[in-house]
Amino acid sequence: MSAQAPAAELTARFGVSAGRRRKDRIARAIILAATILALIPLVLIIYYLLEKGLGAWSSSFFTTDPTGNTFFKNSAIGGVKSAILGSIEMVALASAIAIPLGVGVALWLVEYGRASWFAKVVRFFVDVLTGVPSIVFGLFIYIVLVIGTGSTFAGYKGSLALSLLMLPVVIRSAEVILLLVPGGLRESALALGAPRWKVIFRIVLPTALPGMVTGVLLAVARAAGETAPLLFTAGSPKKTTTDLGAFMNSLPVQIYNDINSATPSVVSRAWGAALALVTLILLLNLAARLISRRSRLV
Amino acid sequence: MEAASVPGGDRALLARSPLARLPDRALKYLLTLLAGLILVLIVYFFIRLVGEARPAFAKEGVLGFAFANNWNPSAEHFGALPLVVGTLITSALALAIGVPVAVAAALYATELCPRALRSPLSILVELLAAVPSVVYGLWGYFFLAPKLQPAEQWVADRLSFVPFIGGGLVTIPNYFIAGLVLAIMILPIVSAISREVMATVPRDHKEAALGLGATRWEMIRMAVLPYCRSGIVGGAMLGLGRAIGETIAVTILIGDAPKLGHQLFGQGYSLAAVIANEFGEAQGVHRSALFAAGLVLFVLTFLVNGFARALVVRAAHKTGQSGPGDGESGTSIVAGVAAGA
Repeated sequence: MSAQAPAAELTARFGVSAGRRRKDRIARAIILAATILALIPLVLIIYYLLEKGLGAWSSSFFTTDPTGNTFFKNSAIGGVKSAILGSIEMVALASAIAIPLGVGVALWLVEYGRASWFAKVVRFFVDVLTGVPSIVFGLFIYIVLVIGTGSTFAGYKGSLALSLLMLPVVIRSAEVILLLVPGGLRESALALGAPRWKVIFRIVLPTALPGMVTGVLLAVARAAGETAPLLFTAGSPKKTTTDLGAFMNSLPVQIYNDINSATPSVVSRAWGAALALVTLILLLNLAARLISRRSRLV
Repeated sequence: MEAASVPGGDRALLARSPLARLPDRALKYLLTLLAGLILVLIVYFFIRLVGEARPAFAKEGVLGFAFANNWNPSAEHFGALPLVVGTLITSALALAIGVPVAVAAALYATELCPRALRSPLSILVELLAAVPSVVYGLWGYFFLAPKLQPAEQWVADRLSFVPFIGGGLVTIPNYFIAGLVLAIMILPIVSAISREVMATVPRDHKEAALGLGATRWEMIRMAVLPYCRSGIVGGAMLGLGRAIGETIAVTILIGDAPKLGHQLFGQGYSLAAVIANEFGEAQGVHRSALFAAGLVLFVLTFLVNGFARALVVRAAHKTGQSGPGDGESGTSIVAGVAAGA
């Protein structure tokens, strides 16, 4: 044992051997590489959406309905006005149905159901709903509202399919937030003599509101991007309509139909519509994140 | 002072009149009704779906529907084996490609990356969940598939001696592209859940490993991964549920050919895709067969998701932590919901 090199001696006895160090370095490099790999699709998707989509945008793109002309290269194919308005109308109606229902169920779970067996059953079924493929929701609505009523597609039927899709997301996110409302707030209000319903409406809901907005916006974003449930509940007409009882176009369905076309200008319209759709959804996501950051509960 | 010593007469002064108690009762029953409505809806839908699928099952038999390799609507043959196999192939591919990448991304975000990068990195991965299915289809069909076709053809030519992978002409829509895009689509949910499970690994375990002289990788392998195994498997199963039910992107990318796939780079079909593609023109038994496909899809995703939830919940409860989705910070709530957890 030489006194000159205790450090070398220690390293030899206790240090990490070259082989282990190499293995560590390789493993970390692989993990880093896989992480970068995970980010590549996002970059590529956004890049190509911007490149192809912006080229398709023009003033007439947003202000005209699709004409249905696809065979002749120089005939006007029209824009996506009916698709954008249809999407907004249907998602708005779906939200108007799913948000009160979802928040109501979440309130029941947190304020009344808690850990009862019935609450467990409800939670389980909400989880089941989360996993149901979106096209199956379309089938449900088709069976009940198209076969069941002997009629045909309509905007409100598309909305109902979308609201089924939103429900579990709204319930789950609202439940998580409601659980974060401090029990002390409820108890103080009750101790002051407030009735239960007043506690819920004046104390619990206002406290939870900013947090719940986050989950709701994410649910709206999810519904806005769905194609499958609308295919055979709302149809894909060309004309703009405000009548929720009539066939109604939507952005995802319009994109889906345009992809199948052999005409380059129609495919280009699909890119433009996709860019509009993704922009809309990213804005909703961004808003959700900003609001969640400002919420005091989380 | 004990509450019991307050005479009963005083209580009457404090109690609310029956009329004032009415809104309370009403609200409680209304909310209970809403919660019950969810159950009734699901059960009702399920029964109706079975009812609509019955003619197809009556014609082909339940086993005949699921295991006969003959999907030919114009000849009224509805053996869904090619569809089931297509769903399984694409989902398996999605898991094989997506899960390792998602777990690695989660490991990097929780264990290796600089603290400042942690949250932006997670948000970027989760943004993938914000891209709609139809946009994945569009991008996959017009960008990814043509770009990868030469590489796929090269692999198919080199590995021509390997059954299923090698040989044949590579088509633009094929199983592999569908599986690859599905892998990208399940990345965010698998990654988000893995990250949340990894966040529950006790600090002590990791510090003990490092204190004993383990390298970072050894710490991950011996302290982090074993602790998270069931949670990661649960996350992967949730991803599998997503992949099985994914419709539009697969419809665009799988080629919609109702034959049993002999080739990784050839066209096929899936259960969800057949509904999206054929439902518009379907009549009679054909339509019933599509409802039956929906029923199979429903039951399949139900089983996979039920199993997955059990695993994830168990993983989260091991430490007495709350479940994923109601984790420690606001971002985790957003993460869970955004990734569709």
